[in-house]
Amino acid sequence: MAGVSDAELRNMTQDERARALGMMTEQLTGKSLYVEFDPEAEERLAYPWAPDVDFNKRTEIDCDGKTTTEVNARIRELMAEGYGTIVLQNPRGKHSLGVGILSRLNLIIEGSTGYFAAGLIDGPNVHIRGRVGWSCGENMMAGTIVVDKNAGSTFGAAIRGGDLVCRGSVGSRTGIDMKGGTIIVGGDTGALSGFMMQRGRLVVCGNAGKNLGDSMYDGMIFVGGQIKSLGVDAVEAELTELDRKWLTRKLTQYGLMPEKGVDHFTKIVAGKQLWNYDNLEPTEKKLIL
Amino acid sequence: MNAHPTGVSQGVRPLRTARRENDMAGSSFKGSEIHDVDEFLVSDGIETEREKEIGQHIGYRYDVNLVPDYDRLTPFLKKYIEFMGWDDLNWLEDVHMGYEEGMPAVFDRNNNGWVRVPDTISLPDNQQDRDMIARELLIKFQMSDRHPLVALRKAYMKF
Repeated sequence: MAGVSDAELRNMTQDERARALGMMTEQLTGKSLYVEFDPEAEERLAYPWAPDVDFNKRTEIDCDGKTTTEVNARIRELMAEGYGTIVLQNPRGKHSLGVGILSRLNLIIEGSTGYFAAGLIDGPNVHIRGRVGWSCGENMMAGTIVVDKNAGSTFGAAIRGGDLVCRGSVGSRTGIDMKGGTIIVGGDTGALSGFMMQRGRLVVCGNAGKNLGDSMYDGMIFVGGQIKSLGVDAVEAELTELDRKWLTRKLTQYGLMPEKGVDHFTKIVAGKQLWNYDNLEPTEKKLIL
Repeated sequence: MNAHPTGVSQGVRPLRTARRENDMAGSSFKGSEIHDVDEFLVSDGIETEREKEIGQHIGYRYDVNLVPDYDRLTPFLKKYIEFMGWDDLNWLEDVHMGYEEGMPAVFDRNNNGWVRVPDTISLPDNQQDRDMIARELLIKFQMSDRHPLVALRKAYMKF
């Protein structure tokens, strides 16, 4: 990478840039153990490219008369200017507000949003003082999203990390395909919640609809109310002392701790019968070879 | 096990899975289970007939469902949490010390690969403390200029 200036890189094609930066020369073998941690690494808390924002520096954006693209672009401009707390006024159900924010920020949305609110985020704390449409927090990597009212379906679809909280109730397929992170629902959740979840934690303080945790591969689901039915390969498990401690901490943190504590929560995990999807593989190989 | 509040009178069917010993987590899992914190440092994890047949371990080499014990937070992690404006480990709750090819390593999702833990770092005797070390190492690596994402970003960044 050394010896190539940013100006030179700008004049190159993407392929030339990649080669000039030393990429595409290494043969990947599947398991990439070629990198080792540096124990002497400098203690840095933000990505090298992250804007240096100050949480105490606050400003507002009036969404009226602006497109979603304009609002999201303005958020980035303000972050580059060092604003660490941004309030969106008059969101009026706009879709895709606050997506793709990849560093720390306090984003407050004063109202309801449409679908895909705060999707693909990696770090910010988002507070939505209203309702949200479908797929709020989809693919989020890190950070927190707190929704004060209800949420639509596929709440936290494919979430990778962070905390996604809805104080009200949510639609169906909550946490579908989740690969990490924590989803907390203060009220009820609809059918097929936790469908195909691979890891992470789904906490429902109220009731859960039918086929909860269907085809889940791993992860944990905690339900405080009633479960209409479990999906394929979702089984009940014992709540451990560490689970209780973690649930208490998490629910207290978001003001959702039930008065009767967490002992009544039911824990659901994968039976892992579906894990052996490669059971037939050797037989099939023999047939082919 | 806690009583489940199922009630037929309220139109909710009882859980399809009865509370039986063989329904507990892990008991119906046909692959290996983790018995010892050093299990995958001293063995390749190939134990069952099935694993011997396919020549590889089935399943994770660590417990992905192990929630963190916050009494074991390191000072660096406390500083990181405060800097980000969070109240807990957030996404780092899903980061654990894993074991690949007989070596301690951490999966870096930004790199889509395992990153080795150097021999110079001595491992504690329990997974919780190892996980805290893994989280600390991963943050320092991800935020450093030597992370592959820095070059990738330069080469492929669209905006």
